[in-house]
Amino acid sequence: MSTTFEHPTYNYKVVRQFAIMTVVWGIIGMALGVFIAAQLVWPELNFGLPWTSFGRLRPLHTNAVIFAFGGSALMATSLYVVQRTCQTRLFSDGLAAFTFWGWQAVIVLAVITLPMGYTTSKEYAELEWPIDILITLVWVAYAIVFLGTIKQRKTPHIYVANWFYAAFILTVAVLHIVNSAEVPVGPMKSYSAYAGAIDAMAQWWYGHNAVGFLLTAGFLGMMYYFVPKQAERPIYSYRLSIVHFWALITTYMWAGSHHLHYTALPDWAQSLGMIMSIILLAPSWGGMINGMMTLSGAWHKLRTDPTLRFLVVALSFYGMSTFEGPMMAVKTVNALSHYTDWTIGHVHAGALGWVAMITIGSMYHLIPRLFGGQAMYSEKLIAVHFWLATIGTVLYITAMWVNGIMQGLMWRAVNADGTLMYTFVEALEASHPGYIVRWLGGCFFTAGMLLMAFNVYKTVKRSEHEQAPVAQTA
Amino acid sequence: MSNLWGDSLSGFWSVWIIVITLGTIVFCWWLLFANRQTDKQPNEYGEVETTGHSADGIDEYDNPLPRWWFMLFIGTIVFAIGYLLLYPGLGNYKGLFGWTQENQWEEEIAYAQEQYAPIFARYQQIPIPELAQDTEAMHVAERIYLNNCAVCHGSNAQGGYGFPNNTDDDWLYGGTPEAITTSIAEGRNGLMPAWQQLGDENLRNVAHYVLSLSDTEHDAERASQGEAIFTSACVACHGQDAKGIHAIGAPNLTDDVWLYRQPGQPVLESVLETLRNGRNGHMPAQAAYIGEDKVHLVAAYIYSLSN
Repeated sequence: MSTTFEHPTYNYKVVRQFAIMTVVWGIIGMALGVFIAAQLVWPELNFGLPWTSFGRLRPLHTNAVIFAFGGSALMATSLYVVQRTCQTRLFSDGLAAFTFWGWQAVIVLAVITLPMGYTTSKEYAELEWPIDILITLVWVAYAIVFLGTIKQRKTPHIYVANWFYAAFILTVAVLHIVNSAEVPVGPMKSYSAYAGAIDAMAQWWYGHNAVGFLLTAGFLGMMYYFVPKQAERPIYSYRLSIVHFWALITTYMWAGSHHLHYTALPDWAQSLGMIMSIILLAPSWGGMINGMMTLSGAWHKLRTDPTLRFLVVALSFYGMSTFEGPMMAVKTVNALSHYTDWTIGHVHAGALGWVAMITIGSMYHLIPRLFGGQAMYSEKLIAVHFWLATIGTVLYITAMWVNGIMQGLMWRAVNADGTLMYTFVEALEASHPGYIVRWLGGCFFTAGMLLMAFNVYKTVKRSEHEQAPVAQTA
Repeated sequence: MSNLWGDSLSGFWSVWIIVITLGTIVFCWWLLFANRQTDKQPNEYGEVETTGHSADGIDEYDNPLPRWWFMLFIGTIVFAIGYLLLYPGLGNYKGLFGWTQENQWEEEIAYAQEQYAPIFARYQQIPIPELAQDTEAMHVAERIYLNNCAVCHGSNAQGGYGFPNNTDDDWLYGGTPEAITTSIAEGRNGLMPAWQQLGDENLRNVAHYVLSLSDTEHDAERASQGEAIFTSACVACHGQDAKGIHAIGAPNLTDDVWLYRQPGQPVLESVLETLRNGRNGHMPAQAAYIGEDKVHLVAAYIYSLSN
């Protein structure tokens, strides 16, 4: 990339790198999702090969969208926001570059090792121990860059977006180290440091807080900068941001055990996971309210600004899935929803509707500014992308709701003689239409990402072109 | 530490859990009330002043907490406290309802026993050949079969590679009502030893002899060479007439049923594989899972499939 767009004060290079890779990994991760969704409709697509089987590609999809797409988006925006709001350059350009290249190396290693079958078998923490060590090193570098920048800020206050980013960075470090504690027995093989129910609890303490701190707190940080920026309105309530921040990070920590309802986990631990999940509703909604109400006085902008539309719809999906989550954590509801497609639908309401939409909106604000412009190459394409993303998300989650509730009801239905009314295979057959709709939803969403890639490419090209004379005179 | 995940917690861990749980809830409560009021009053246009902070051009209003949101938060906390009073959660405190998931399970099982046991008890009084004629009973049995047996034997009960066909008249352990009941209730372990030590040439000859028994395509010369080995090594289990022995589950080799023939595999290859490496068949015992009554019913179902 040319140095044409260097900001006199800030390090935009690493932000640009992460922003571009956000789009690239988004396409790869989502395309993988579309492919494995197609495998569930047409099993022949497993090709009878171990490397292309669902079991190996599914963790690659989750790692690619959460850590490659989501991770790059969070690193791009956090390193941008922290500089802008602290009015100072990054703490260390060298460590920032190491963070970028190290993180990309982690993802490439995931792309190689997961299809080869190397896995710890811990969900969302499948990567084997040598990669775990690399993740730790990169994450420490990232934390030093981010927190060091806050430390040398030129502003009296730490802006709320930075609280959320900092909480996300610190907590993910703790989660990763504790859950990935393992005993290596070979170059690519290890055993978890925990056993039985404790291992399950450690795993879901990690798993749920990965959702809570990476996919929620981190992206709330993004929301707190890009929503008021794009709407050009002040944040609705400073006080609300304080209350919901502290309540969110306090209660999220407890919620993981709701993934283990009606298992070998002791009753008391299950109950605590359930009640803390319910208390979590209001703190989660605090972020949605603060974002939505920030728009008061600027609602008319939604008519003309598709980027702002992405941000607002993201907040709506955020509000919906953070209501759904506590409900699904209630044991009675969970008894129906657990192990069904409802869970997959819930995750994607958050992943597509919230995480991806807020990222896409933020990137449409950020990318032109990183490349010396004010707007994307085409507003029209953003508008089309918005509809593709919204339709894709709605198709996906409604298909999974229908499938999930249907599966839950079919599995528990009994005849007058107490025998099960349906076999597992019958529930699977009944799910087939839903799987087709889900795959279609994924196609819509991924198609939108391809439009985005084209729009970004044109924006970068145009900027390079416009900036060229400046570069010559400089 | 070992107590932490057992039925009851040691005193310290119980207290620890109570303290941090209530501490978290009290913290949320305090956080809410400490920030309930804002000193910024709305002006005549209903707007409040900003805090005066500005981050990269972003100002912050200091609006009070929305009242409905405040009440929602309080509501969830009240619910949580109520739940912790009624259900286990606070360390060793059992809750006023005395609920446990084991209790709930036992109650549901007891209810099911009460509701459904008489149906199956009635079926158990009927001898299997007669029960197999009872259309309604066979419908019930089919549902049990589909949910418990079909995972190995297939939805059509025709088995598959390594899993016997339940619809034909070929029995490893016998097709009498008693033998079928024993197979289901107690399970079976079939063992064919490996014969690699005889050398591949000899095994090939034996394989051709085995094929000749069922008149399957074979090399007659090799078969005649294999006969001697068969007589010395195989008849102990498969019998002088090679028709198998039900008592030990040794299969009949004179029919055209091949338990371990993979789809598309030539019979000769599958027989050779069996001779070289042996086989280990396992039918899990079902009595502990579905109960003697239902075993009886399923036995009648399988009996009906082949009679």
